[in-house]
Amino acid sequence: MTAAVFFGCAFIAFGPALALYIFTIATEPLRVIFLIIGAFFWLVSLLFSSLFWFMARTITDNKDGPIQKYLLILGVLVSVLIQETFRFMYYKLLKKASEGLKSINPDETAPSMRLLAYVSGLGFGIMSGVFAFVNTLSDSLGPGTVGIHGDSPQFFLNSAFMTLVIILLHMFWGIIFFDGCEKKKWSALLVVLLTHLLVSALTFISPHYGINLMSTYIIMVLMGIWAFFVAGGSCRSLKLCLLCQDKDFLLFNQRSR
Amino acid sequence: MGFQEEDCSFFHSQMQRAGTSQGRAMLTFMASDSEEEVCDERTSLMSAESPPPRCCQEARQGLEDGENAAQWRSQDSEEDLEEDADHYVCSGVPGQPSGLEEELTLKYGAKHVIMLFVPVTLCMIVVVATIKSVRFYTEKNGQLIYTPFTEDTPSVGQRLLNSVLNTLIMISVIVAMTIFLVVLYKYRCYKFIHGWLIMSSLMLLFLFTYIYLGEVLKTYNVAMDYPTLFLTVWNFGAVGMVCIHWKGPLVLQQAYLIMISALMALVFIKYLPEWSAWVILGAISVYDLVAVLCPKGPLRMLVETAQERNEPIFPALIYSSAMVWTVGMAKLDPSSQGALQLPYDPEMEDSYDSFGEPSYPEVFEPPLPGSPGGELEEEEERGVKLGLGDFIFYSVLVGKAAATGSGDWNTTLACFVAILIGLCLTLLLLAVFKKALPALPISITFGLIFYFSTDNLVRPFMDTLASHQLYI
Repeated sequence: MTAAVFFGCAFIAFGPALALYIFTIATEPLRVIFLIIGAFFWLVSLLFSSLFWFMARTITDNKDGPIQKYLLILGVLVSVLIQETFRFMYYKLLKKASEGLKSINPDETAPSMRLLAYVSGLGFGIMSGVFAFVNTLSDSLGPGTVGIHGDSPQFFLNSAFMTLVIILLHMFWGIIFFDGCEKKKWSALLVVLLTHLLVSALTFISPHYGINLMSTYIIMVLMGIWAFFVAGGSCRSLKLCLLCQDKDFLLFNQRSR
Repeated sequence: MGFQEEDCSFFHSQMQRAGTSQGRAMLTFMASDSEEEVCDERTSLMSAESPPPRCCQEARQGLEDGENAAQWRSQDSEEDLEEDADHYVCSGVPGQPSGLEEELTLKYGAKHVIMLFVPVTLCMIVVVATIKSVRFYTEKNGQLIYTPFTEDTPSVGQRLLNSVLNTLIMISVIVAMTIFLVVLYKYRCYKFIHGWLIMSSLMLLFLFTYIYLGEVLKTYNVAMDYPTLFLTVWNFGAVGMVCIHWKGPLVLQQAYLIMISALMALVFIKYLPEWSAWVILGAISVYDLVAVLCPKGPLRMLVETAQERNEPIFPALIYSSAMVWTVGMAKLDPSSQGALQLPYDPEMEDSYDSFGEPSYPEVFEPPLPGSPGGELEEEEERGVKLGLGDFIFYSVLVGKAAATGSGDWNTTLACFVAILIGLCLTLLLLAVFKKALPALPISITFGLIFYFSTDNLVRPFMDTLASHQLYI
């Protein structure tokens, strides 16, 4: 516990997201606004999911026992569905907003749909990660011993890594999802939904952290590769970038400096 | 406790200030009613440049006192206050293609939204950090006289009734003060208003800072001797008074305004009882809506009177996000309204140094006749203004969410995001309607909805998920 665990876990969970925010989003006001709106949409989806779970619980009169666990599982699955629905609604909103922006100014200043896909995915991810982890983080600052009752002593680390992977996954899902919507490839949407359900379902086997985390990370890497190709990357461009031979990128960077 | 007795009288003056200024948040858009009719309303999403040479937005210097206005104004208007006819600033380059104009304005729109997000976020961060660490502000230690009914009643109905009564009293105090202020302004009692604002700034900057510093030092168990304390508080307060009421660097002025809003919000969080606070927040939004939008609303009358008189806004009640910068343009044709404007120091521009005094010789340098050759680039940095009352009530909402939750950060974050979204929507509406708009209703409504729903619905769900280590 205490400060070391707090800072360590905080940076594990939110470090990459913070870096992405600082380097790609913080400089442009419009992107910040879209990020916050994305976060808001996720929040509203969470609200509806909680409402559903709450109503289901009141209907079953709060009886204890296995039914609570089943209700929770149902709640999680319904929540995933609602989140993806809200992602779709956000896509629709952005589409309308893009058209509106284009009609106001015909110049090329409105962000492209790909960029908005990334920003919205990141917004969803950040909000999701923060909501999942921040209470745990604040508890880690206080005194205590983890795992004293036989639970895993790696609780905080595990939660931090899980939060990280969820944030990155949301970002990749956002890119793939929006691209699927743009190209009317509904199979992409279905795959996003199914992988999201899979990742959430994997967390049901919770005490077995190893399997849980490893599989989720594998899924994240696969999604990342897919999103990379969807967003227009290719092996060639990756090679050029890594070998610092990408002239367009270098020139662009110099210009913006 | 000693503090309690002292603060009644202080609260009176604070309430006077708070009542008038912070009850209503208003976003206004400065439209010019210049005789040339050149500059008409500018919104964040409209062309930032003024079409023709004379761009003056007459400063829509509404009496901001008593209103919290976020205003879009052209920065030019600031120096255009009561100056001579040949002082004018050209903003924008005339004859720019319309596409470019609109592009610029859209950029300005998003940029100005962020320019308001940052101070609102900072104020909330200060309030939440204080609430979570300094226990003084969450301890119940009596109530203000403006909320005389206690909430320690056994029955729910009685408690609700008491909170509604408290709200009625508070709102009527605020309404009375606003009307008093409008009357004072109409009859040009500027000295009185000036004195009142200075008194309340003094209280905030010295007394409340002293108390705040004392509590923070107590929390962290740091000893500080009286001479050091005196020096610190004196410097802080004196520089604050100078920055807010006279001149100072813009960033410092903004920082002081954020700090005094945070201090005021902390006072409200401490002294308003639970349910009364929520009902008051709701009622203030409704009042704000009514006062700003109804034709006979006090705030609207205030703004209109101020516009008629072309008077400056009272400092110390409005947060301004941008500097006025005007770069003069040398006219190629000196005969045509040819006057030059020199570049002004940004600091001089933005400090509102006096109330209603028509001449600003110390602020604006008189333009020197210069050679008409060559064209300087003109830029106009338009700013948004938001009243301090908005900051205060947003921070009260988030602070209360942080204070009353059972150590729950999710509620606080949800309220924070809701308020930012409300602010975004309000600014969008401002761009569409181009006139004074209340900044409280949408944000506070979202904030309240999200507070109650997150606290009662989302929190149990997330807690259950976290305890089983499930992720959605």
